[in-house]
Amino acid sequence: MRIKVNGAEKIYFDYNATTPTDPRVAKVMMEYFTENFGNPSSIHSIGKRAREAVENARLEVMKLMHARESDGKLIFTSGATEANNIILKGLAMKAWKEEKNHLIISSIEHSCIMNSAKWLEKQGFKVTYLRVDKYGIVDLEQLENSITKKTFLVSIMHANNEIGTIEPIREASKICHDNNVLFHTDAAQSFGKIKVDVNELGVDFLTVSAHKMYGPKGIGALWIREGISIEPLIHGGGHEYGIRSGTENVPGIIGFGYACKLRMKEMHEEEKRLTLFRDHIIKTVTETIPESYLNGHPVKRLPNNVNIRFNFIEGEALVLLLDEMYGIQVSSGSACASHKPEPSHVLMAIGLRPEEAVGSIRISMGKWTTEEDVEYLLEVLPKAVKRLRDISPFKGKWEV
Amino acid sequence: MSNSQFYSKKVMEHFLKPRNYGRIENADAVGKVGDPSCGDVMWLYLKIKEKNGKYVIEEAKFETFGCAAAIASSSVATEIIKGKTIEEALKVSNKDILKELGGLPLVKVHCSLLAEDAIREAIYNFMRKKGLQIPEELEKRHEKIKARLDKTLEMHKKLGYVTGEN
Ligand SMILES: Cc1ncc(COP(=O)(O)O)c(C=O)c1O
Ligand code: FES
Repeated sequence: MRIKVNGAEKIYFDYNATTPTDPRVAKVMMEYFTENFGNPSSIHSIGKRAREAVENARLEVMKLMHARESDGKLIFTSGATEANNIILKGLAMKAWKEEKNHLIISSIEHSCIMNSAKWLEKQGFKVTYLRVDKYGIVDLEQLENSITKKTFLVSIMHANNEIGTIEPIREASKICHDNNVLFHTDAAQSFGKIKVDVNELGVDFLTVSAHKMYGPKGIGALWIREGISIEPLIHGGGHEYGIRSGTENVPGIIGFGYACKLRMKEMHEEEKRLTLFRDHIIKTVTETIPESYLNGHPVKRLPNNVNIRFNFIEGEALVLLLDEMYGIQVSSGSACASHKPEPSHVLMAIGLRPEEAVGSIRISMGKWTTEEDVEYLLEVLPKAVKRLRDISPFKGKWEV
Repeated sequence: MSNSQFYSKKVMEHFLKPRNYGRIENADAVGKVGDPSCGDVMWLYLKIKEKNGKYVIEEAKFETFGCAAAIASSSVATEIIKGKTIEEALKVSNKDILKELGGLPLVKVHCSLLAEDAIREAIYNFMRKKGLQIPEELEKRHEKIKARLDKTLEMHKKLGYVTGEN
């Protein structure tokens, strides 16, 4: 996918950060800004028409997660960040009354789960951060051993946003249910890319986000299994089953619903196509660029994600060089490496040293990535790496 | 000076086309510095000639492992000190480097300090070799720089990284 920025052509390889909104989705949304602008809570015709559209969209989103209406409720939120905050803090509020105080999460969660957990710790809750192996796969034995009578929730992400590793959610949720503990998964990265089925995965709660799957930004959802209640954090007019008050983001919801409908039809083709690109990039780069290594699992990974570490150079420099010299848009191992030189907690959790972690970049693809884009990337990446290595004083490696 | 989180045009220009990178074989002085907080390292090589009783920097080159700001700071530093006497070069500070770069994001200011350290350390190295009288301040500075470098290299040695001459 090629886009002009200030006259320069850029090639987008950062679909794990966000995707463009599918033009078909954007088109469907337009009507809900101007024509069909009603408040879904109004009882007049214009309001009812908006309500109908919102409820239809809700069903579309639930369909893509294979949830029947009788399986549970879907609550629209402003995105995955909010959904994750609601589930951790909303359940913690309830747990506290039941004298439960223990939360278990993996050590590679997105910062919204990580920082919510840390905040809960500050309020007096206990948090266990589960180890992962060198591929980023969570330690299920540690999970089983960590659960206590005080545990109110286990939250493990479905797929990791940096290294793409897909976690054994079915096994994890079974362990939790055998021990009478609720289970949540953050599926922001997997939803719309691979099959997500709430019943197959056996989850009680599931988080999703529209802008990772060609929907608009600022809309996401939390799915809650039937029969489980949580404490709301946002009080008001009782919207979204009383869990998230506030007039609905109708255009966003409509866009999300339509994006899900399109994904239902188009996802599997894309999964196959991107997996081929992914494996081609991994093989070519690690075989032809010396001292380059794959981060994450070789096959249990998102079809669109490649994360590679290059020794002797720094990821931020590589990201900028690829952008400015070759127009390629990727991101470095750490989310905000351009602001602070802190290595990513995910790369540290898989056992990299900070100096290794900073040499990593994430390349992620999507619907509009072409074979030509991939070949161009493979042509220029070795040049960019070599250039930075020429500047670096580190020239070789001892066997250690 | 800009405190934006993004790099200035000038920084990008020096990062994309760094001046004077590479190694000087048989350099008259080498300044090796590192920052243990981010792991970045910078090697500064100098060719110094005696002219009318003064030591003048004829050539300066660098090798840097680090972020774009560290590479741009190294590039600018070599340009600034070329043609200066060692006394003049000792007066160059990171403020001069920042000025030349049009500023750096706040979290990247330490990258320009690394370049200042590299200049100090290269001149220290030269004076040591020549048996010149080393100002007390420079001696103290050297000790600090050395300690920071050792700590940084310790990190890289654990990875097995080596530089050409090790
Ligand atoms: C795994 C994961 N969780 C949560 C989020 C946050 O999503 P949102 O931008 O919708 O708040 C992201 C995206 O950055 C993500 O990748
Ligand atoms: S981040 Fe430390 S020198 Fe640039």
